[in-house]
Amino acid sequence: MTTTVNPPTPEQQQGIGTRLRHGREAISQRWHDAPRWVRWAALVALIAFFYALPNKEFYQYLGPIPTTGSNFTQVLFTVSIYVLLAVGLNIVVGFAGLLDLGYFGFFAVGAYTVAVLTSPSSNLKTLWPWLLVVPIAIALTMVSGIMLGTPTLRLRGDYLALVTLGFAEMIRIAAVSSDFLKGQRGFNQIPHPPGKYADGKPFFGVLDARPYYWLVLTLIILVVLGVRNLTHSRVGRAWISIREDEDAAQLMGVPTFKFKLWAFASGAAIAGLAGALFAGKQNFVNSQNFELLNSIIILAAVILGGSGNIVGAIVGGGLVAYMIERFRGIELFGTELYEYRFLFFGVVLVVMMIFRPQGIIPNRRRAAEFKDRRKEVIVGE
Amino acid sequence: MLLEIDDVSLLYGRIQALHGISLTVGEGEIVALIGANGAGKSTTMRAISGIRPIATGAIRFEGEDISKLRADLRVRRGLCQAPEGRGIFPGMSVLENLDMGAYTRRDRAGIAQDLNRVLELFPRLAERRKQAGGTLSGGEQQMLAVGRALMSRPKLLLLDEPSMGLAPMLIQQIFTIITEINEQGTTILLVEQNAQQALARAHRAYVLETGRIVKSGTGAELLHDPSVKEAYLGVA
Ligand SMILES: Nc1ncnc2c1ncn2[C@@H]1O[C@H](COP(=O)(O)OP(=O)(O)OP(=O)(O)O)[C@@H](O)[C@H]1O
Ligand SMILES: [Mg+2]
Repeated sequence: MTTTVNPPTPEQQQGIGTRLRHGREAISQRWHDAPRWVRWAALVALIAFFYALPNKEFYQYLGPIPTTGSNFTQVLFTVSIYVLLAVGLNIVVGFAGLLDLGYFGFFAVGAYTVAVLTSPSSNLKTLWPWLLVVPIAIALTMVSGIMLGTPTLRLRGDYLALVTLGFAEMIRIAAVSSDFLKGQRGFNQIPHPPGKYADGKPFFGVLDARPYYWLVLTLIILVVLGVRNLTHSRVGRAWISIREDEDAAQLMGVPTFKFKLWAFASGAAIAGLAGALFAGKQNFVNSQNFELLNSIIILAAVILGGSGNIVGAIVGGGLVAYMIERFRGIELFGTELYEYRFLFFGVVLVVMMIFRPQGIIPNRRRAAEFKDRRKEVIVGE
Repeated sequence: MLLEIDDVSLLYGRIQALHGISLTVGEGEIVALIGANGAGKSTTMRAISGIRPIATGAIRFEGEDISKLRADLRVRRGLCQAPEGRGIFPGMSVLENLDMGAYTRRDRAGIAQDLNRVLELFPRLAERRKQAGGTLSGGEQQMLAVGRALMSRPKLLLLDEPSMGLAPMLIQQIFTIITEINEQGTTILLVEQNAQQALARAHRAYVLETGRIVKSGTGAELLHDPSVKEAYLGVA
């Protein structure tokens, strides 16, 4: 890859020192000051980097970045799924301000829909191709989101958190114990996505995780573009107003229930897509894939990255999923660091809450909302 | 009558906050609602704007029963409330807040015109158009809340304590603006602690006591009513 970098002019050089002191603000300022083409070039380079990343010829030069405990391309696939999930959950939590503690449940609905309709181990024996089932999986997750949201989103407060938590747990228990969902034995021979090389070998095979990663990466880009458009529209404004003050939003004529339901259902749909992709790659789905902790990890990722900010969600999702995998194969006092992963995230979250409650890459508005809340606390009434 | 409230009761769980109140607001009027803390003034406003369901009675707007109508649909009919405690959007800029006021409208030209009018009424907001709502001073937030409600170009504007937390100078100013808005053709239902000012500006007024209307009359009548004087105007 080649990106042209202009040598800094004297005044730029002089500015760098002072700018550095302002940390991230300076970086974002520089980013916004940069000419359009520079930003585009940087973005293209970044995307190209992520497409190139799973190739050994490329990542072997990246020092400690490739994971040591597990296959790096496999890890990249897992990370990409988490990023997609974080982008989806960010709509629910970040934009509309709804606390969803069972987001992974929708991922499970997506994965199981694919499993049940495609796998030979399923009671249904439909054996449909993967591609046909993906839209069904997305639709079904969306419907389950609407069914869950319709009664709960009318209520204020913490009901949604409890109900979503219960939903995810219900799905998990159903997966473990119902005969229809096959429990531990699970579903095997789930078909892969279609596509062949010129020589007839399938593009999406068993051993090579790269094509799946590229597929998810491409979908992330498309989803992000879609979400970005939404947030710049009336829908996005409505979501933000609901998050900031639901009563006031309603008093301005925003149909709050409808928009909350939309946010919740679109978030669910994205999780359903992620689940379908996961099932299509994994070939095998069983009840062990859907522990409750996963929901918490994604929520932590969104908050860590900067709730309400798409870039923040991507960074948070990527960082959290990558760190977990990075811990594998590293030993500390005779224990794999991987075993300490939740302790680590607990500590990181607490530290973040104290020093940077708005996340790594905060949303401008969110920052103001936090400030506002602090002010309320100090002023009292 | 633009607005008719007929024997309305409202419950918060088991607590009854309104006990069958009735009041009317005619086209072009300023009607004031005064009463002590906890009398149910804000509750009445919530019932009218629809963020709280009523238990019994009826609310009619332009002759139509809107008691069961969702709050956002009432806004579309021309009923807009500037809530107590401001309720502005803290993360949005002043302009974005005002823009939210026009959420139900699609007529760009009309919105631009109203925006200019609001910025003329409140020059302070014009100076701070890019500032986040949450960082405005209390008084500025109050102005923003009133301005934002105006942006929906309501037929009936509900103002819940627009003078709360303002300096005496600004109180004078906000009441002048209220009169001005009214003269430009907007009907106003005004809740106020500042009974003196409210009664002086209002055409008619109601006195609310523990969820019941205990007195009504023209602003001037109530201003000179001995019991009102004693209870709300701080003169024995
Ligand atoms: N959400 C609520 N839940 C329970 N009780 C409430 C609720 N909101 C208000 N109340 C009660 O209803 C009564 C009327 O409250 P309301 O806010 O209408 O008073 P108000 O006349 O506006 O008073 P103020 O002048 O202090 O604003 C009060 O006794 C209050 O405690
Ligand atoms: Mg009140």
